[in-house]
Order: sequence, then structure tokens, then C-alpha cells
Amino acid sequence: MKNAVDIVKLNKIYRNGFRALENINLSIKKGDFFAFLGPNGAGKSTVIGIMSSLVRITSGKVSVFGKDIQDNPDFAKRNIGLVPQEYNLNQFIPIQEIMINVAGYFGINKHDAKYRASKLFHQLGIWEKRFDTPRELSGGMKRRLMIARALIHKPKILILDEPTAGVDTELRLTMWDFFQEINNNGVTIILTTHYLEEAERLCKNLAIIHKGSIIQNSSMDEVYNLRKEHTYIIKTANIINQKLNISEFSHKLIDAHTIEVTVDNNISITQIIEKLKYLDVNVMNIISKRNRLEELFMELTKEEPIT
Amino acid sequence: MNVSWMIAYQTIVKKEFVRFARIWIQTILPSVITIFLYITIFGNFIGDRIGNIKNFSYVDYIIPGLILMPIITNSYMNVVGSFYSSRFQKSCEELLVAPVPNWVILLGYISGGVLRAFVVSIAVYFVTTLFTKMPIHNIYFVILITFLTAFLFSTAGFINAAYAKSFDDINIVPTFILAPLTYLGGTFYSIDALPQIWQDISLVNPIAYIVSSYRYAFLGLEETNILLAVLIIVTFIIILFIIALIILAKGIGIKN
Repeated sequence: MKNAVDIVKLNKIYRNGFRALENINLSIKKGDFFAFLGPNGAGKSTVIGIMSSLVRITSGKVSVFGKDIQDNPDFAKRNIGLVPQEYNLNQFIPIQEIMINVAGYFGINKHDAKYRASKLFHQLGIWEKRFDTPRELSGGMKRRLMIARALIHKPKILILDEPTAGVDTELRLTMWDFFQEINNNGVTIILTTHYLEEAERLCKNLAIIHKGSIIQNSSMDEVYNLRKEHTYIIKTANIINQKLNISEFSHKLIDAHTIEVTVDNNISITQIIEKLKYLDVNVMNIISKRNRLEELFMELTKEEPIT
Repeated sequence: MNVSWMIAYQTIVKKEFVRFARIWIQTILPSVITIFLYITIFGNFIGDRIGNIKNFSYVDYIIPGLILMPIITNSYMNVVGSFYSSRFQKSCEELLVAPVPNWVILLGYISGGVLRAFVVSIAVYFVTTLFTKMPIHNIYFVILITFLTAFLFSTAGFINAAYAKSFDDINIVPTFILAPLTYLGGTFYSIDALPQIWQDISLVNPIAYIVSSYRYAFLGLEETNILLAVLIIVTFIIILFIIALIILAKGIGIKN
């Protein structure tokens, strides 16, 4: 089966000489929900820009369903829907008109465009706003409009560049369900986000880009197994005044009711609780200090100290 | 042109038409008022003292040039304003991520400019009928020159929009290049009446040829070789159109 996207030895040097990408290799399977992560300025948006024909390639090759995007730009464009990070909406025309115009650029006639726009507006909860201009919409509504716009031509690949940035929790959850639904319908989704729990919750595979190079490319399960240690924050019922005598794992006191423990992955939470109970420490609750993806992300993208 | 491109082209043209029609007070009305004032002041108050030029009353003599002025500025400003605005808001990305060939994008924007030029020229022509019964020597030639002029300056506007880095930049060409060329292109006078040095300088002013052609179309007055004038306009169109296509292909101003 052909991959949805294949990137081979991709390089990008901007006009000002900045090298944004260095020999990127990446494959995204058809039907995948793929997280493309990295710190600010790592090169995520450059890769997305190249896939969407907004950024020119310096060297290398990008293929969509096996076809080179430089040789077959129209094929790639028909198969990709882009939700960019920044708002790029015409602020002065009603949002239904925006949808009809964008559909027109894809060769979809007005009648079909209206039908598709109406369906997407209903699904995304902005039907009532169809005669409003983007400047009359809230941030969350503009994001939903950009998602609807990206889906108007029924793409097989949807690129979401930080789609839930600035969106409240309730709406974010609704959007997650929506993304999951379209992924279940066979659309390959490429997601960049700074909310790592979003990637952890939605994605099956991921790549982490840092300073223009891919430093991690694996499944989520593999990521979970990469970490050898895990850190928990434990709240205790009784007051702890002195360092505990524990040899099985390292720990430090945060305050009189809070301990931070770091354990090997092979030690279970039950073992931790039992050990603390043995030392007369009653555990009230226990939480992960960071989620596992976050821990890995921090470790891989850690900056060297400036000397 | 395949069906998909045709729909894309129609969409761009319709979007452009709706844009300038929606803000007609800013896009159509100012030209109408300006021409009304020009004819009132130059045509009537001053023109009566000047008398006839080449057997035509002064007002009749300057009207073709006066109609041409808004054609030039409106076609130019429509495209430069619309395309730069879409670059500024980044909404042009909607077109760039869609399978629309560059020449369809370019033709779409140019057609918007041409359409506005025709709407304005018709409105302005009706204003002139309030002052004089303007003869039309050759209506087809009027339409042809209107179309070619609008096409030429719409294309020029597109190039300006691609290079503009701020809203100030889109006013530089109209203010410092188009306006002087228009005023020095024989709109208000016959180039024959100028000293030889200025007549020679006028030979490299494309607007002088356009004004002469338009004057011929309305009055039948052949001040220059009309065929040569049309050829010069078409040559400029071809050159600018190719430049605009290269700009789009290279992604100047729109792609990184």
C-alpha cells in the first residue's frame, strides 16, 4: 500500500540563508493520525508549507500517494486540505461566501459548494454564523471555519497546524472527537500541536523535529517504552518531616505533604504505595509529573547550556 | 480551458466583481465625481476661452482622455488593491493551495480589473453626456481600446501588488508614474502643440499612444499611426503578462 506522504532527503534554505530543514526523511501511512511535533522554529511549518505548495523545495522529494508533488502539483493539492496555524481569512466577506469561493478554486460548482459548506458548518457548529464575516467571529469559530474550509474539497490528507491553539477546553474536546471521526472515515491526519496530551490522545505515530532534523520517528507505543524512568508526585495524608529511608527509588520532599519519586518503568504504582505504607506514609493521591510523551519531548529537545 | 479551471476562473472574477461592487462608493463614485469636476472646470470654464482644437470643441477634444484616466487608474488600483490585500491577509493562500494554474489566477485578477474599468467608463461616459453630445466614431474601437488599456494596467497592477511590502507601496506607481504619464500623454492638449523636445519625449510614453487611439475611436481624429499605437499597447501587454506569470511561477511575494 502506498504511503500517504513520503519525504526523502528534504532540504530547505530560505532566501536569507537560514537552513530550515536538513535531509528530512519521513513516511506517513495512509489512514494514520500522525503527530508532527517540535519546539517553535524547529521546521514543522516549513515541512507543512512544502507539502501544501506554499513553500518551495530547495532539494529533496515529497510524494503524496506515490506521486511527486513537484511533478504533479495538482494531484497533491486535490488530496491535501490545510488548516494553517495563522488565520488567513479574507476578513471582509461572509464565511459562506469564503467556502463557495474556495470550493470554486477546486472546480466545485456553487450548488455543490453550498451543500458541502452547510454540512460542514452544521458539523462544526458555525451554521448560525454563515452570513457573518470572519472579523465578527470568535477565535474558536475562526479555527472551525478554517477546518471547514480545508475539508470543502474532501481531501484524503488533512494537515492541522496547531488547530486548537487558543481554543477553550470544551471546544477542544469537541474538535478532538471531530478529528477522530474524520480519521475513522479514512482521512490521513497530520497534526502539529504544542499540547502534547492532544497528540498522545489522538495520534498513532509521531515524529519530532528539532533544528531542522527529525530526531524521533516512531509509534506512540514505542515512545512509551523509550523512557526508562517515570516521575510521580505523591500527596500524603500525614506530615513528613525528614527524608525517607528508601533504596528502591529516588525521591525528594517538595513540602510536608508532597513527595516527588522517580522510579524505573518496571516498578508499579502499587509497589510505590506499599513501600510508602511500610514507612507509615499514607498516600492520598498520586499523579504523573509529566505525561510520557512530554518527558520524552523535553529530553530530546533539551537545549545545551550556553557556555 | 477545462471545466475545473473555468469554474476557478469564474470564481475569481465573481469575487473581484462583488468586491468592487460592494464598495461602489469607494470604487465607482469617486471617478464619476472627478470627471464631473474636470469637465465643469476644464471643459466649460476654461475650455470656452481656449476655443476649438483641430475643429473640435475643447470639451469634446479632452473627453476621450478624461474617460481614459479612470480606466487606467481603476483597472490598476482594482488589481493592486485586491491582490495586495489578499497577500496582506494571507487569504491568497486559498488560491495557492488549490489546483489553479498561474495563468488562470492572473487572468482572473486582470478580468476583475477590466470589469471595473468598463463599469467606470460607462458611468463616466454618461456623465459626459450631461455636458456635450459626444460623437463615437467607431464603437468597436472604443471597446477594443478600453479593453486593451484596462488589461495592460490591470497586469501592471498585479506586478506592483506582488512586489509591494506595504500599503504605501501600492500608491507609489499611480502617484509618481501613472499620473505624470497620463497628464503628459496629451489628455488636455494636442502633443503637436508641444515644443519638439517634449514631442520626442512623448514618443516613449505609452499613455500618449493610448490617448491618441481613444481620441481616434471617439472623434475619428488620427493624431498618430493607430495601428502602430495598438501594436505598442499589445506589445506592452505581452511583456507585462509574461513578467506577471514569471512572478507567480517564482512565487515572488507569495511563497517562501
